[in-house]
Amino acid sequence: MLATAILVFREVLEAALIISIVMAATRGLRGRGRWVASGIAAGILGAIVVALSASAIADAAEGTGQELLNATVLLAAVLMLAWHAIWMARHGRELAAQMQDVGRAVSGGSRPVTALLLVVALAVLREGSEIVLFLFGMGAGGGSALAMWSGGAVGLLAGGVVGVALYFGLLGIPLRHFFNATNGLILLLAAGMASHAAHYLIQADLLPPLGNMIWDSSRLLSEQSLLGQTLHTLIGYDARPAGLQLLFYALTAISIYTGMKLCAYRTPNPDSAASA
Amino acid sequence: MSYHCRFLMSMLLSLAPFGLSLAAAPLELTVLIREHRFEPAEVRVPAGQKVKLIIDNQDASAEEFESYELNREKIVGANSRITVWVGPLKAGRYPFFGEFHQDTAQGVLIAE
Repeated sequence: MLATAILVFREVLEAALIISIVMAATRGLRGRGRWVASGIAAGILGAIVVALSASAIADAAEGTGQELLNATVLLAAVLMLAWHAIWMARHGRELAAQMQDVGRAVSGGSRPVTALLLVVALAVLREGSEIVLFLFGMGAGGGSALAMWSGGAVGLLAGGVVGVALYFGLLGIPLRHFFNATNGLILLLAAGMASHAAHYLIQADLLPPLGNMIWDSSRLLSEQSLLGQTLHTLIGYDARPAGLQLLFYALTAISIYTGMKLCAYRTPNPDSAASA
Repeated sequence: MSYHCRFLMSMLLSLAPFGLSLAAAPLELTVLIREHRFEPAEVRVPAGQKVKLIIDNQDASAEEFESYELNREKIVGANSRITVWVGPLKAGRYPFFGEFHQDTAQGVLIAE
């Protein structure tokens, strides 16, 4: 049961961290709970479909289907996160001001909630499909159903608790700085996902690694540790990154940062005041 | 910006053929998974050379081949085979494991 709990916890943790950042980034938005819940539900459905077609996926594209799927899912999430971060760089201050004035939820307007919904769904899909495969395997192996479900439940609960803790930690940030902070987190999250996508493209032998291991910090902070895995999800920490991963990371971070600066909210002019 | 991003990504993807052309006749090795154990559990490969590892899962349940040292992770379906490219590696020990059955599925790749 413990082994099941740990494995499920590890997978749930990654999705939970991403969901809590999305929940924080959509703070004050009316109906966001429903959006995020739909994202999770869609992700779970997707995870089951992916798990059921695991063999077909693995055999696709000359045996690199799995890597291509993972890289595509990650890069799609990167684009959605980038879009949201840049949108918020423009409108975050208005939103924070509105929330301070009114003291309650504001309507989203043209806010790209769907982008974040997709990020949630994709995160759940990626991590969830592994859990489904693992639990299927346990079932097929004649393992005890009770151990399986109780382990799964404990892992799910523990991962959820960490996510909720991060969410409430983030809520402690003063509203003035709040969206800057969540935007920074989203930028790092996206850069980390881009690096992870590069990892899959190298693994599939589609792109050259540009140096297999630029550094090895596994002795300082192993990715197996809880902190290492948390940082892996949040900021893309990798104890043994390939050169291409660093390139993807830097390009993504710089692109989003530049986009945020270019689109940043400037001193109000009549147009933007009217659209706010 | 997403267009720029997409442009960058597609630019990087267009580099793929160069990566492929560099891979000359790689060494190929097969590792079986049976009863949630790797056979052989110890694999020796030459250092400084790209190696094609084939993981052949003969169990009725899926496994995830994973190695922090090799920076690899890949699901192997029940009764299926996957290919994992590794290297060129520096001489040394590179442990790998099956994430779904870590108590038994442990192996090591030794580059020398």
